[in-house]
Amino acid sequence: MQVSVWRGAEQGAFQTFEVPRHASQTVLDVVTYIQRKLDPTLAYRYACRVGMCGSCAMTVNGVPRWTCRTHIDKVAVNDKLEIAPLRNLPVIRDLVTDMREFFDKWARARGEFHGKTTRQEDFARISPESENRKQVDAGIECIGCGVCYSACDVVSWNPDYLGPAALNRAWTLVKDERDVRTIERLRAVAGDAGCHACHTHMSCTERCPKHLSPTAAIAGLKREIMKATLKGEL
Amino acid sequence: MSKWVAHVHRVSGIALAVFLPLHFWALGNALELDSFLAWTERPLVKLGECAIVLALAAHLGGGLRVLALEFLPWLDWQKSLAAVAAAFTIAVGLAFALAL
Amino acid sequence: MSFRTQTTLWIAQRASAAVLALCVVVHLVTIIYAVRGGLTAAEILERTRGNVAWFAFYSLFVLAVTVHAPIGLRTVFAEWLGWSGKSRDWFLLIFAAALAWMGMRAVVGVFA
Repeated sequence: MQVSVWRGAEQGAFQTFEVPRHASQTVLDVVTYIQRKLDPTLAYRYACRVGMCGSCAMTVNGVPRWTCRTHIDKVAVNDKLEIAPLRNLPVIRDLVTDMREFFDKWARARGEFHGKTTRQEDFARISPESENRKQVDAGIECIGCGVCYSACDVVSWNPDYLGPAALNRAWTLVKDERDVRTIERLRAVAGDAGCHACHTHMSCTERCPKHLSPTAAIAGLKREIMKATLKGEL
Repeated sequence: MSKWVAHVHRVSGIALAVFLPLHFWALGNALELDSFLAWTERPLVKLGECAIVLALAAHLGGGLRVLALEFLPWLDWQKSLAAVAAAFTIAVGLAFALAL
Repeated sequence: MSFRTQTTLWIAQRASAAVLALCVVVHLVTIIYAVRGGLTAAEILERTRGNVAWFAFYSLFVLAVTVHAPIGLRTVFAEWLGWSGKSRDWFLLIFAAALAWMGMRAVVGVFA
């Protein structure tokens, strides 16, 4: 089949390779074949190749996906395939993007846990059935692959927008009863660059390979911020 | 599908924001309303009216969808809201067209 | 503009949206009912002249629109035109004032 692969950085072009098609083949198999057999200068990322690490995320036929979990049969239309780096991130080279801004926004959204107990004290007791914990569990499996960030139109339109992954993580911490920096976090994610910029296109929810719903998390943040604002807590 | 409903919601909002000053202006000239209404009988204007009513219905449908997504507890049916918004828009558009 | 003001704008947008949802449903039903068999000024004015209920309804409608439309455009200007900051916000404030004035002129026009 004919595979078009992005070469270069922000400036560049698609280069076409002829790749043998097999019965059971993933997009990552195709990229690996190209780099090992056809052009060793092709730059790309992968690690686990079994759908656990999220390193292999790329744009396949215009859609951000984990290439190790995308079967060729699902995406190769008329034996043609187009592979590009993830959208909304600076391109270092070929299929490799600079993920720094993605993680910087995670930090700006206060996406880190802060508790108040020490190792001397007893464990916190939180029932997995409690409403708050269910909300956390619904979003906690994020591995920071960047697919949602790539899929998001608002990230494209608004360079300051924190993005679905960072906001999803912020929500899991807001709902974590052990965390003590809720107010600070809500302040960090409110406003034009925060949760209020989400327009519920739901591309993030549609594309998340772990079937999380950042849209739901962001809606939760909007409600919490509204409540806190009306109570004068922010 | 949500993406398209959201885009229609935005474009219809822009259309309404452009239309409203004109609408207010026409109504504000109440004394000349009949001559203005005569102008609105022209087919192109009727088409425009249909478009604006569709825009209003689309914007309302899309807006209710946003309010549901943001304020109601998260459930699976919320993913079908896009379809409901679209269906509602078409229904209103048809009702208006039939009434003309 | 602080995140607090931005949050207040968001709340105002959603609150005005809820008000408009009701107003628009009433307005759509009225339009669809009224245009059957053609529309004349006399028909419209017969409904609205001296009618305090319609006056109150349309005044509320105008107020809600004056809040809702500029806040909506604010985001569109930033995301699609790259226009943000004080000049955009001042433009929208003036647009809001214009909508309020023209709107109330229309409401009074069909009431008085």
